[in-house]
Order: sequence, then C-alpha cells, then structure tokens
Amino acid sequence: MNFHRAKTLLLAAVALCFVISLVLKNNQSYWLYVSYDIGINIILAVSLNLINGYTGQFSLGHAGFMAMGAYTAAVITNQFTGSNPALAGAIFLGALFAGGLAAAAGGLIVGIPTLRLRGDYLAIVTLGFGEIIRVILQNIDAVGGPRGYSVMHSWTNFFWTFGIAAVTIYVILALVHSTYGRGFIAVQDDEIAASAVGINPTRYKVTAFVVGAFFAGIAGGLYAHAKSFISPDGFGFMKSIEIVVMVILGGMGNTPGVILAAVLLTLLPVGLDNLGDIQSLPGISADHPLSWVKDTRMVIYSLLLIVLMLTRPQGLFVFKKRTTA
Amino acid sequence: MSLKLDKTTIKFGGLTAVSAFDLTIDQNELVGLIGPNGAGKTTVFNLITGVYQPTDGGIVFDGQSLVGQKPHQITRHGIARTFQNIRLFPSLTVFDNVRAAFHLRLCCDVRHALWRGRGFSNEEKEIAASVLELLEIFHLGKFRDAMAKSLSYGDQRRLEIVRALATRPKLLLLDEPAAGMNPNEKTELMRLIQFVKDRFQISILLVEHDMQVVMGICRRIAVLDYGVKIAEGTPAEIRANPKVIAAYLGEEVKTPNAGN
Repeated sequence: MNFHRAKTLLLAAVALCFVISLVLKNNQSYWLYVSYDIGINIILAVSLNLINGYTGQFSLGHAGFMAMGAYTAAVITNQFTGSNPALAGAIFLGALFAGGLAAAAGGLIVGIPTLRLRGDYLAIVTLGFGEIIRVILQNIDAVGGPRGYSVMHSWTNFFWTFGIAAVTIYVILALVHSTYGRGFIAVQDDEIAASAVGINPTRYKVTAFVVGAFFAGIAGGLYAHAKSFISPDGFGFMKSIEIVVMVILGGMGNTPGVILAAVLLTLLPVGLDNLGDIQSLPGISADHPLSWVKDTRMVIYSLLLIVLMLTRPQGLFVFKKRTTA
Repeated sequence: MSLKLDKTTIKFGGLTAVSAFDLTIDQNELVGLIGPNGAGKTTVFNLITGVYQPTDGGIVFDGQSLVGQKPHQITRHGIARTFQNIRLFPSLTVFDNVRAAFHLRLCCDVRHALWRGRGFSNEEKEIAASVLELLEIFHLGKFRDAMAKSLSYGDQRRLEIVRALATRPKLLLLDEPAAGMNPNEKTELMRLIQFVKDRFQISILLVEHDMQVVMGICRRIAVLDYGVKIAEGTPAEIRANPKVIAAYLGEEVKTPNAGN
C-alpha cells in the first residue's frame, strides 16, 4: 500500500511530460499530432472506464460531454488575443477547467434523472443526450452552428495532453483504489447488497458520471485546441462508440488495459493509412502496392474489432479471469 | 437497542402480504420468525430494511421511525442483513467485500482518497486491520485475496454475515441462513449464530425454514401464516400451538410433536 508513491509518480510523470514538451518545442511532425490524439483518447477512455467499467453504468454519451468541454474552452480562449506565453498558459488551463466543469454539470444533469434506468435503457438515454448536445450546438449561430467553429489558438501540446492524461489516470485509480472507491465496484456488482452495507448507490453513480464527464470535457478542450477547428458532427455518437470500444477492448474496469486499447485503436487507422502510402515494396513491381489497405482501412478496422471481440470478449488486455458482465 | 413493528402492513395491489404485524425485539435478543412458504417472512425483512415501504403501521428503531428511509440510511442506524440467495460482490475479493462495508465508518471522502495524505493512509491501515481481524474470527483469513464467488457455499454464507457485521449493527437480520445446508453444516451454523450474538452483543432476527435450527437457538419465536402472525412464544409453546401445527401440516393432523 504505497499511498505516497502514487503522488510522487504523478509528479514525475507530469515533469517528464514538461521536459519532453520543451524538447519538442519546434517540432511540427505528423506523429506529434498523432500523439495528441493518443493522449486525448487515453483521457476519454480512462474517464469513461469509471462510468462503464467500474460503476457498471453503460453510457454512450461521452462524445456529448466532450463537445460541451470543447466548445466551452474554445469560446473562452477565442476572447484572448495577446501573446504573453505565461498568460496564455494560465488562460488555457482555466479554459480547460471551465470546459471540464461545464461537462461535469452536464454529467450531473444526465446522471440524476437517468439513475432509475439500467443497462440498455440507460445506454439509450445517454445516447440521446449526446445527440441532443450535438443538435443544440448545430443551432447556436454564435459558435458557427453546423458550419463549425474556428479555434484561434493551437495551444494543445505534448505537456498539456499527457500531463492531463497522467492526472486523469491518477485521479481514477486513486478514487477506485480506496475503501471509498470499492463502493463503485460494489454498486456495479449488486446494488441491493451495496445499499444493505450502507453504500448509497445513487450517490456513487452520480459521482461516477460527474467525474467521468469532467475529464471528457477537458479532453474536449484539448481536442479543440489541437485541431483548431471543431464542428458538431465531430462529436456524434460514432465518437462515443469509439470510446466505448476502447473501454471494452481494454477490459471493463481495467485501467492499464484501457490505456493500451486507447493507444492501439488510435494508431490502428493511422497505421493502416500509412501502410497504403508506401510507394513500392521490394519484389513487387506495382506502384503503391498496398493502396488497397488505405481504401479498405475502415473495413479492416471493423473486421479486426469483430475478431477481437470474438476471441477476447473479456478484453484484449485482461489476463485475470473476470466473469461479471 | 429496540425494534418495534407496530401493526405493520403492506399490500401489493389486492394482496395483503403482511397484515398488522406486531413484533418487538430487545437488546441482545435472538428472535426467530418462521412460517410456511410464502407466509411473508422475507417481506417483513424487506420492510424493516427499507426495500419496501409499509402501506400502513409503523416501524420504530431506537425511538426513530424507519418508515420512508432508504436501505442505506437504515443500515446507518445499525440494522444489517444477509440475503436468502447470497448476495456478495462477486468481482471483489473476500477482503474487499468486507472492506466495502466499512464505508459507513469512513471519515475520509473523495478528497482524501485523491490527496492520499497521512489521515487517509492511517484510516486505510486501520480499516485493513479491522477487516483482517473480523475475517480471522470467522476463519476466513486464509481466503482474503480469493474472489468472493470462488468460496464454497458455506463460506459464502459466513462471509455475508461477516460483511453485515462490518457495518457494526445493533440488530442483525438473517434471512434463511440454513437454506441448502446439510445437517452438519446446520449444527455448525447454530453455533455460529449463538457466537455472533454473544461476541458482538447484538440482537438477531432469524428468518428460517428449518425448525430444528430455529427451535434450537431462539428463545422467542413468531409464526407468520399468509401474512398474519398466528403465534408468538417460546419454542415449547410454539410446538404445542394447534394453529401452528395446522398452518404447517393441515387441520386434520393431531400429532403432538408435529412441529418438528
């Protein structure tokens, strides 16, 4: 039980991200941008894992929370036109935090009325919530409506992305690995038994939703400032499904597995894409011999998912048997 | 500690599952509640623990009404229960099953769990020590890191009792703990219940189907039939009560020790 070591580890990780970020200061490579996607997906998947994996609430609304955070943060930073880097950093952090809070408020709003629902019904309501957010954003002209919204500052860098990813992982793990946190898993296992030992299931579920949504909102803010452009369609339910797949593939309630799955599933389409771009292969005369990979990459991606689900339904990175659904 | 059910009634649509049920349980008492299948025994449990709300009548625990309170609030007042069909947390270890029940006594909350300061680690250490102590008392210490669902049936029953005790109840409700046990295990269980009562100085309400178990350990027994209390008294009185005999075996049978 190393309670102090966890905090030290977190500080070390954040410091390391800062150093890497300084080294990569003038780097504009494609892979650096891919790494932002990886970091953002880690935050999304790990935070959704608290709701879906540990607390057992099947939520399909994570992209909705992400959208709330993205738009809130972007609207705030777009007001800023100065060039002072320290001030910019402070404003960015504040904007991300505000985005997280907006999403957390969303989590509270969805959480409370939907807690009477279980399983599929909850999934449908959260799915509906995500779509409502998307449609609302499409109809707000101030943020461009369906045309999307330009984000002036591309402030997202390696430090912010992975520093926040480290904080997210720390918060979720610290929360779950405590006597208090065993309550999340207890609620997932058996709500009636949980309340019989004095655990308030409603409170735990709302907490999971609020904390999960908060980090999804921050991930949204990072996403907005990495892409410089956001549109409501980018936060559709396919995005939510993508995050759910990461959680399921990593193994419900298995944070290291979920992190790996987030990395893998971000790299997979990118990797297939790059494979198609190979100009020539030794021994094969054709130009762009693997271009079919690029054309069919979404098919390959889906097929791989189907195969993975069939062969490792418990999660790709779960090695301990866990029979709870 | 005292629990008083005062004319407690619950109706499900047209069916009166429990009708004007009176029962009092005092400090350190072991009371049995028996009755044929479907008599409403478990419903009485669910009324006391807040799973159901009574349609009529009152439930008072230590001078405080339990009517309208949620199950987790009632546990907080000092009433813990086990379930007829065991309800452990299957994906938690034996240790964590009991640890989750210490939740009630936590001074630390989310903030402490995140900050992980001295207060938090001290409390976690204290909890770990108390969990292990409880597990050792019930000879479950050696299974501490096993998954709860991997335990044998009898051990799961015991673990459920340990988990209930971890909430430090004043009153423990046991719902058919002898279900599915063989005669040897039943004798063991009777000893266990007696031990729990003496060691933790708590009151126990025992719902049980098995006459031998109830008659063996309870000083006072209440009998339910079709939701109505038809008798209350010592095992000897219950055994001789013609209404009880009729409820269990039908009117015609007049064998004096039919209750056994």
